[in-house]
Amino acid sequence: MTGQPSLREPQRILVLGATSSIAQAACRIWAARGASLFLVARGAEKLAVVAAELRTRGAARVQTQLADLDDTSRHPELLERATEALGGLDVACLAHGVLGDQPSAEGDFAAAAGILQTNFISAVSLLTWLGNYCAGRRAGVLAVLSSVAGDRGRKSNYVYGASKAGLSAFLEGLRNRLDREGVTVLAIKPGPVKTPMTAGMAGSGKFADPGKVAASIVKAIDARQDVLYVPAKWGPIMFVIRHIPEFIFKKLNL
Amino acid sequence: MAPILEKIPQSETAPPPMGRPVTEAPAMHQDRAQDATPCGGSFQPSFESWGRYPRHTVDRLVPIHWRQEIASRLAGPRDGALAVGMGRSYGDSCQLAGRTLLEMTGMNRLLHFDPETGLLTAEAGITLGQILDFAVPRGFFLPVTPGTKYVTLGGAIANDIHGKNHHGWGTFGNHVTWLELIRSDGSCKECSLSENPEWFRATIGGLGLTGVISRAQLRLRPIVSRMIDYVGIQFHGIDEFLALTERHQHAEYTVSWIDCASTGRNFARGVFMRGEHSTIPGALNPSPEPKLVFPFEAPAGALNHATVSLFNTVFFHKQGRPRVEERKDYEPFFYPLDKVLRWNRMYGKDGLLQFQFALPWESSREGTIAMMRLVANSGLASFLAVLKAFGSVASPGLLSFPMPGVTLALDFPIRAGQTLPLVERLASMTLEYGGRINPSKDATMTAAQFQSSYPRWSRLERFRDPALSSSFWERVTEGHGHR
Repeated sequence: MTGQPSLREPQRILVLGATSSIAQAACRIWAARGASLFLVARGAEKLAVVAAELRTRGAARVQTQLADLDDTSRHPELLERATEALGGLDVACLAHGVLGDQPSAEGDFAAAAGILQTNFISAVSLLTWLGNYCAGRRAGVLAVLSSVAGDRGRKSNYVYGASKAGLSAFLEGLRNRLDREGVTVLAIKPGPVKTPMTAGMAGSGKFADPGKVAASIVKAIDARQDVLYVPAKWGPIMFVIRHIPEFIFKKLNL
Repeated sequence: MAPILEKIPQSETAPPPMGRPVTEAPAMHQDRAQDATPCGGSFQPSFESWGRYPRHTVDRLVPIHWRQEIASRLAGPRDGALAVGMGRSYGDSCQLAGRTLLEMTGMNRLLHFDPETGLLTAEAGITLGQILDFAVPRGFFLPVTPGTKYVTLGGAIANDIHGKNHHGWGTFGNHVTWLELIRSDGSCKECSLSENPEWFRATIGGLGLTGVISRAQLRLRPIVSRMIDYVGIQFHGIDEFLALTERHQHAEYTVSWIDCASTGRNFARGVFMRGEHSTIPGALNPSPEPKLVFPFEAPAGALNHATVSLFNTVFFHKQGRPRVEERKDYEPFFYPLDKVLRWNRMYGKDGLLQFQFALPWESSREGTIAMMRLVANSGLASFLAVLKAFGSVASPGLLSFPMPGVTLALDFPIRAGQTLPLVERLASMTLEYGGRINPSKDATMTAAQFQSSYPRWSRLERFRDPALSSSFWERVTEGHGHR
């Protein structure tokens, strides 16, 4: 339907957190290209709707698996099943995550640990398996949703920020290790995006459109990019924010 | 009609869930979505209708992304809610002053398409533009389309919209084969002509009041090219318009632009436009994204008699000859104004009043001439006036606007002390001539006018979900103590 499929266009794609807005929007693009998709999410009804849409939009094959990714002990089994079902792996997209509630996380370690578990620990577990899998085959793209919030800790969401900072650092190291093995590790750092996660936040009307964010992500994967700030303006903005001296930064209300 | 859930293929592999069981599966990214009240405190949400008049503030804007969120969001607010889409209704039918609006555009997934039958099932927040992006490359088109593609499927059903092919194809509701309605009591009704038919009829043209339309199935029609075989014919006066309408009654799409600014010998001059989908196989690529945005609110009075007269004169003479034939892309044919996003800013911060009437055939000629004279002599020239003959294909809808005869749509800049009296006069003339006014373009109709021209309104009121209302509905049903 969309002309000659390019050799660079990935065809076997694993999506973790497939019912998130950004993942759905990226999957629409991949489906229209005729890719095969393996979708993992927690909610059965939502996952079924997303799968129905991607089949309608032209995905060659859509397979689904319900899973709570917080349970790292089941990851190897899940990933084996996924890569077997796809007959290999061109891209793994990690899009699961929670914003959490900063005030609760300040008062209650269990709440903070929950955020770290979902955003960081579970991702490390998945990427460890996937990194080794891709290294063994000397191919693949690991595209991971981190956040600009991981570039600097701020009082308004530093637990979430810390989970993403840890993730970003992990991705840097993993890239440093796997680049020479022919594996691409893409750290995606979106600014605020208009999704259910950010609904109701002040100014959410001006947040980025998930469809446009997803289009940039798909392009960055095709180009085997290392880091993607999206929308692009967040690159220079975060450069400045990273370089504000701490004695000033600590006084700011961010 | 088989329920759609049977039509959505289940996942190819459905192994048992892995990891800890999740009982009430929440969205992955939902933590902040639990309560959509603004965090900022001072942040006042707003939702504008396309006419930007009347202006209302909203207490809460609740974005809906999943079908299973609807019932609880409806049951929450005690003082009523309304589901809204793209806000392209001009007046207050897409507003509910001071209360809760459910924004449906996040529910925009395609669920099924059968290229054999053209039947497309989708969530109600998808826009007609998004449907076209999917359908055109597959050789399909909307069965009925309004003058903008930036409306949602649910909005098209709730307003039972019409297009340039009404005389042959009827309204949008004539091509909806199935819809799903979610009510505040948590019930979910599948509606079609054979299943819950009374609910189906009440929902088509039901102004979003019978429940929240969550999904619907629409029959698309095949095309072989994006192109439209177009003919434009200049005419002078309503009699010539009626003769052209008669002569071209078998053309699929017909519509006329008419000059409402000129008097004397140029009175009611216009361009009759007809089109057919080209039968010569051609390009079926999706449309490019529009790039132009009307950048600011025009100063008050930018659209005055002089500028509007100039525009009308240029439009009339643009084609240069009495008759032109050309092949043109469907975008400029159906959606000339969609090229400039937010064109309603051209009317300045006060907004615009849109007015559309339909008159039955017996009074069409006399009534249209009388009302056009009133408009032309008022000096409140209408920038975009659209004239069309409606056909006799009956809509399944209970409260549909079109009737066999002539319809004229006008828009006016808001001028203190001038616009409202003119529109009120036009409204009473419409009723005197046995016609009615389009609710989705109305901001001024009185309760008496509405109730006498839509006598079946009280039947719709019986189907209304007690949790749903609109500023329009409260205005035109006043005195009946429904709330």
